[in-house]
Amino acid sequence: MHRVKVRVVEDALDANNTIARANRDDFDRHGVTVVNLMSAPGAGKTSLLERALRDLEGVRVGVLEGDVQGSLDADRLASLHVPVVQLNTGNGFGGECHLDANMVRSALPALPLEEIDLLIVENVGNLVCPAEFRIGEDVRIMVSSVAEGEDKPLKYPLMFRACELVVINKLDLLPHVDFDMERYLHHLDAVHPGVDTIRLSARTGEGVEEFRAWLRQVPVRAPA
Amino acid sequence: MHELAISSAVLESVLRHADGRRVTSVKLRVGHLRQVVPDSLAFYWDIVTRDGPCEGSVLEQELIAARLECAACAREWEIELPVFRCPTCGGADVRIAAGDELEVESIEVEEEPACTA
Repeated sequence: MHRVKVRVVEDALDANNTIARANRDDFDRHGVTVVNLMSAPGAGKTSLLERALRDLEGVRVGVLEGDVQGSLDADRLASLHVPVVQLNTGNGFGGECHLDANMVRSALPALPLEEIDLLIVENVGNLVCPAEFRIGEDVRIMVSSVAEGEDKPLKYPLMFRACELVVINKLDLLPHVDFDMERYLHHLDAVHPGVDTIRLSARTGEGVEEFRAWLRQVPVRAPA
Repeated sequence: MHELAISSAVLESVLRHADGRRVTSVKLRVGHLRQVVPDSLAFYWDIVTRDGPCEGSVLEQELIAARLECAACAREWEIELPVFRCPTCGGADVRIAAGDELEVESIEVEEEPACTA
């Protein structure tokens, strides 16, 4: 038995990226624009969808709900009367803390892609791992909230850079929490200069129309 | 906390290239911007490789400093903290020249000696 060195030079996430491209080809073929919605647990992704998708006229929306366990979020979205598919990453105790391209791929047969213009993939709540795994999306939106503190961009730069829009949610809580908006925006500008931001409250609806407008301008790609 | 996810991805890549052979060491290039904690990655490597061809293998991590390049004034500099604006001109059009690598560079595998009889 002897030892041989094998040159590899491959991105460790190569396998995931290959599947992500296959997903994207499928989305392209059906003319579906895909948004990867990410945040820490409890930042308000589902609440934002409940509020924003209700009045998104003219866009046929579908939602892919990623959770470690259960269908609580999918149940909440049922009243929107849009196709919602639940994707669980766990089996028994524990489970993956993020969605990867292959998990999304496994859910594709359950999604009526030909009836959808915009697919929103609600990722598992986590400020680290989802940033590493592309799923075949067009854009990534990161939802943060004023309850999380203004230092988060500096602590999780990977996530705050891996997105095209940062939503600052729970504006209605501003009077009750120690959150310095100027400092937060200063930190965000250092980590991701020029990134789009929208301040809103999914609870009161303030700023949500701006979010809808942002979703509408994500170019809807024509079927190939 | 994403070292578990990363070690699993590295393992998948290594197994594909090992092609059934026993792996004794893996060389990984890790950029500073990937926020990987080397000790944590080594810890998870020992766990995800259990009961497989990579069990007991050494994960050599080459850490690569983060270097940015400003498109406006062409300055190139190294960063420790996640600040992506050019310190000279304040420009935001900044390219990552190095530091976002997560690359399996090479692996060392065991092979039967070629039959000489």
